[in-house]
Amino acid sequence: MSGPDAPADDAEAGESEWPLWEVFTQPGAGRPHEHAGSLHAPDAELALQNARDVYTRRGEAVSIWVVRSDAIVASSPSEAGPFFEPGNDKAYRHPQFYKVPRGVRSV
Amino acid sequence: MSQTTPDASRSPADEPARLAAFEARLAAGDSIEPKDWMPERYRRQLIRMMSQHAHSEIVGMLPEGNWITRAPNLRRKMGLLAKVQDEAGHGLYIYCGTETLGVDRRELIRQLLDGSAKYSSIFNYPTLTWADIGAIGWLVDGAAIVNQTMLAKASYGPYARAMVRICKEENFHKRQGYEILATLMRGTAAQRAMAQDAVDRWWWPSLMMFGPHDEQSPNSAELLRWGVKQRGNDELRQRFVDQTVPQAIAIGITLPDPDLAYDEVAGHWTFGEIDWAEFWTVVKGQGPCNRERLGARRKADADGAWVRAAAEAHARKQRERARSQAA
Amino acid sequence: MSEPLFDYLLRLGDERLVLGHRLSEWCGHGPILEEDIALANIALDLIGQANLLLGLAGEVEGKGRDADALAYLRDAREFRNHPLAELPNGDYAFTMVRLFLLSAHAYCVLDGLRSSSHQELAGIAAKAFKETTYHVRHSAEWLVRFGDGSEESRRRVGTALEEAWRWTGTLFLADVVDQELQARGLAPDPAAAAPAWRALVDAVLERATLPPPSAAPLSGRGYRRGDHTEHLGHLLAEMQVLARTHPGAEW
Repeated sequence: MSGPDAPADDAEAGESEWPLWEVFTQPGAGRPHEHAGSLHAPDAELALQNARDVYTRRGEAVSIWVVRSDAIVASSPSEAGPFFEPGNDKAYRHPQFYKVPRGVRSV
Repeated sequence: MSQTTPDASRSPADEPARLAAFEARLAAGDSIEPKDWMPERYRRQLIRMMSQHAHSEIVGMLPEGNWITRAPNLRRKMGLLAKVQDEAGHGLYIYCGTETLGVDRRELIRQLLDGSAKYSSIFNYPTLTWADIGAIGWLVDGAAIVNQTMLAKASYGPYARAMVRICKEENFHKRQGYEILATLMRGTAAQRAMAQDAVDRWWWPSLMMFGPHDEQSPNSAELLRWGVKQRGNDELRQRFVDQTVPQAIAIGITLPDPDLAYDEVAGHWTFGEIDWAEFWTVVKGQGPCNRERLGARRKADADGAWVRAAAEAHARKQRERARSQAA
Repeated sequence: MSEPLFDYLLRLGDERLVLGHRLSEWCGHGPILEEDIALANIALDLIGQANLLLGLAGEVEGKGRDADALAYLRDAREFRNHPLAELPNGDYAFTMVRLFLLSAHAYCVLDGLRSSSHQELAGIAAKAFKETTYHVRHSAEWLVRFGDGSEESRRRVGTALEEAWRWTGTLFLADVVDQELQARGLAPDPAAAAPAWRALVDAVLERATLPPPSAAPLSGRGYRRGDHTEHLGHLLAEMQVLARTHPGAEW
């Protein structure tokens, strides 16, 4: 798969697929960007244009992010336990942990 | 690619334990994601099934694309172009989903072009009249939807997500085809004959889309066990027939099966036996358009090589300029 | 003599119909999947614009012809598109060059047309302007990649530019129809778009590291009298075959 330092040989370049990009779209103002899928593009400008054509034909987005797939750093499933579980049992981070007198609003 | 490096934190001796854990996850209805451990066989089956599906979407652009320039009015022209464009998009979603399993799209395309990969045989039939476009939308997309709705619950996350997106977009495909035929059936005698002739030619191949009987399907059992498929071929085929026959009756189309009859007791439409000789002939590559379809894809790929190479050459030059500027 | 606005709308509409039709020929045969989708989008935009413009033309004419009647039942001699739109697609370099030159032209014309005193036309122009902005952007990016890409792409885009350039001489000519519409505040002077177009083209050619073409543009405004190339006849024969074979039928 051609990376940033792949050999500059035209014949070989034509045979590899353009790099893979991940596409994130924002469905409306104030909402978070969500992963929509991926596509191949030779550079950022065409990745953005392709993302617009492939993933927003039905008006699904007000904003698009494209990221080269190999730039994404992901957590590993085997580390899921130590990585995520400690956060799950810290009840003091959840509003339900705290008792508030009945009838008091907006707390 | 960090996205697809499988989780290699345990030793090979854990294999039976990992397999048991994997099957337990499937039984619980969990989604398997790209970086999760999976049996090599599961990975291979998925690559085969997903890439075949993607190839089918791409090749499927050709029989319908054949009529874009001859669509009979502007609304039909735009509708057909949008449909074929969607198919390109569907192929793209599924190829990208397949790539999460650690295979390059270029390699998948190479397999399609050198004839080693399969695609849905339905696309090896020619589109001879405008009515064929109606028949394809109604019957072929209709059959695909029955299949895809099931696949939206596939055990492999990226496949299921691609299918959810595809199912949303498919709604108009089938409706468009049905509307085309309904309009023809309300039209001139020549148009009605055109519609009936198209259905006569596309009905049986549509039933064949569900594949051989389950007993003759080598992959079915495994795919069912792994939650990639949730229903057998025959069950899906029956579902398709049951939903389609009333639709044919509603617009006055006769389906070309003298054995078609409603079984009150079972609550199903019973139908005749498929011509399996024809099925296997077309699957093996001797269908009417097999060579044309692959030929068209090979030509597009060959003609496009310089375009792809130019874009890459430009990207390379930009990177080199950025590097020398930073230096 | 027909109403000038009717003629003007045919020019705009026919151009988009013919160009959209040409681009749609690539569907399923493009150099990469992503481009199949991109080109289809552009073709859909153009045919959509044609539908609106020809529909308005039919209303203005007032003889009961709708967009389909105008698109599918007129002969080549009655079409009013610029010849550059009807030329065959050629290779991808020619397709992108032609798309760029015509979209850049449309961009400059539509910019002025957005202020037409004809409300409906102004509305169509505003929508088309947004779509055309993207067409210019997409085709320009390809010109840059071809000009500043590989040896082969540079050679092909150079050839394409020389060929297409010959046809650009007649893009900005004004005739009595244009003068009449300009007087009524309905449409801008076609010549007014020329400097902006040239600036846009020069800017993209510079980014593409390509020299300005040297081909001498052809003269002749005959396309507004229905003098087209031989290509249009074949294009329409294919496009109109069903409508002609089944007169009066609904689809």
